Amino acid sequence: MARPHARQGSLYFDYLQYPFITAPELKGVERTYPVAIVGAGPVGLTAALELARHGVSCVILDDKNTVNDGSRAICIARHSMEILQQLDIAERFEEKALPWTHGTSYYHEHPVYRLEMPHSEDQRFHPMYNLQQQYIEKFLIDKAQAEQRIDLRWQSKVVGVSQTDDAVQIKVETPEGEYELSAQYALAADGAKSVVRRECGLKLNGDAYEGRYVIADIRLQSDYPTERRAFFDPPSNPGLTVLVHKQPENIWRIDYQLSDEADEEEALLEENIRAKISSILDMMSERQEWELEWWSLYKAYTLALDDYRHGRILFIGDAAHLVPIFGVRGLNSGFADAMNAAWKLAYVVHGWSTDELLNSYSPERRGATLDVFKNAEKSTKFMTPPSRGYQRMRDAALSLAISHDFSRPLVNPRQSQPYTYADSPLSDLMQRDSEFSGGPPAGAPLVNRKIRSANYLLDYLGLGFSGLLFLEQGELAAELRTLFDTLQVGNESFTPILITKEPAKEDKMAVIHDHSGKFFLDYAAQHQSFYLLRPDRHICARWLEIDSDEVKRVLAHILGSKLI
Amino acid sequence: MKQTLSNEELEQAYELIAQAIDGIDAEKETLFLSKLSLTLANICADVEKIKEAIEIAKTDL
Repeated sequence: MARPHARQGSLYFDYLQYPFITAPELKGVERTYPVAIVGAGPVGLTAALELARHGVSCVILDDKNTVNDGSRAICIARHSMEILQQLDIAERFEEKALPWTHGTSYYHEHPVYRLEMPHSEDQRFHPMYNLQQQYIEKFLIDKAQAEQRIDLRWQSKVVGVSQTDDAVQIKVETPEGEYELSAQYALAADGAKSVVRRECGLKLNGDAYEGRYVIADIRLQSDYPTERRAFFDPPSNPGLTVLVHKQPENIWRIDYQLSDEADEEEALLEENIRAKISSILDMMSERQEWELEWWSLYKAYTLALDDYRHGRILFIGDAAHLVPIFGVRGLNSGFADAMNAAWKLAYVVHGWSTDELLNSYSPERRGATLDVFKNAEKSTKFMTPPSRGYQRMRDAALSLAISHDFSRPLVNPRQSQPYTYADSPLSDLMQRDSEFSGGPPAGAPLVNRKIRSANYLLDYLGLGFSGLLFLEQGELAAELRTLFDTLQVGNESFTPILITKEPAKEDKMAVIHDHSGKFFLDYAAQHQSFYLLRPDRHICARWLEIDSDEVKRVLAHILGSKLI
Repeated sequence: MKQTLSNEELEQAYELIAQAIDGIDAEKETLFLSKLSLTLANICADVEKIKEAIEIAKTDL
């Protein structure tokens, strides 16, 4: 990453230096922490906050003393905002980030595709929000620092990792000396160049793409709305691709493709960056003065660990997988990894479930990664055609798309969707699931629905397991009340949510009166249909008609039979 | 591959494509033929037939 000659720091962001605090280990204290997290990026911080939410303490180690700088994530997807809502931090993001729903793709000067991401008034959050990663990290750090259970350690560089049957040993180097940290479990959240991964002798496997992009942030005053813009073979970058995103603080992200023949060193010279950006801005009819914040070279990869679990260490975020930027799935996958791993780790550390629960993490999240690869591969082959054949077909598709609808789906950038854990060991009773004629299946994330102004279904989810029980008439049976009490796990009680066709009074649990019938319809529910939900908003199992014994058995199975 | 067009129709198709190719700049020929393939694929609406067409076109190059 490079900044202009004339200026050292950022045009707009204040990079706070977080203080170094002498670790207790340097004073001779020996402790085994429940969880150690390596890397205080957004994924590590999210995991820490989720662990804390479930009452588990952790130590986070980062070799820096400030937030990440340079070419990082800027798009937060809806399901990630739902995660941030669970962490009680979404509001701060909503205040700063720029929400968007649409985009336009251009071929030469013609608009050829109008991207419209699924959105309705049933959703609390927009499909996507643009926010620089520095802010994402800052907001998470502020929350983590206010949380007693999180011990955030800066200038703490991990130089060694080993594990035994019952603990992980981490060697940490600090300005005041080296020490060894012991933890029951560890989360490797230290990114693309993960030290933990290297120390464990593990490698990412997959493909690297040939195409190169320059990514640059500039400051520009413009009234253009927050929409994703993609330019294919524009006059300002002939035969190549340009992507433009708007961010807060009048910062614009411009990604432009370099030709295969381009000399990298030359392309990255400040004067050439400025010239290219000027011509791109000219093409977009932006006439205002602009300033250059930074620029960087980018190459796309689809790489992943074969197994995201390595004994007592779980890999989350870029430490586990790298995906092309074009599907905006890098950080968004990372957020989902963090939530998935953290609640399970919390349950294991508390002794509420056996260690086996952690075995579901890799199949679920690696499955999600492979799904991203599939989509990312298609969009990357379109953004950066890897061969003659793909170049021909892309040109054909784009040219046809100028005037013909049938070709336009090929231009679709295939943005991310949250993943259904269909093959997970935790998604249960598929024979029950198949009795439904619609609705989200076992393994799918819950879809939000609006109840009334500023009041949505996901607002009602509990800390632990939750359930949606549909009642067409009458009262909640005593037997089911008892069932819900027995579904308590450790000190996390079960959160039942009644969805009723008739108005109902109920003191002990939330009731949603489905007067329009849309909940029943969307969930393909009947009287006493039941959806069992995990702490991370995904459905474990569902019944067209609730069966108490089966519900108990599913939960017991998930927890490794610790539930009586 | 079975002949589906009558002899007359086959000759008509032949003429139409030849003349279409002649009617555009030589440097646009590849783009035109790529677009024609994709458009005909959409009209054909059968991926198995498209695969068959590709195999046939690949023979004796």
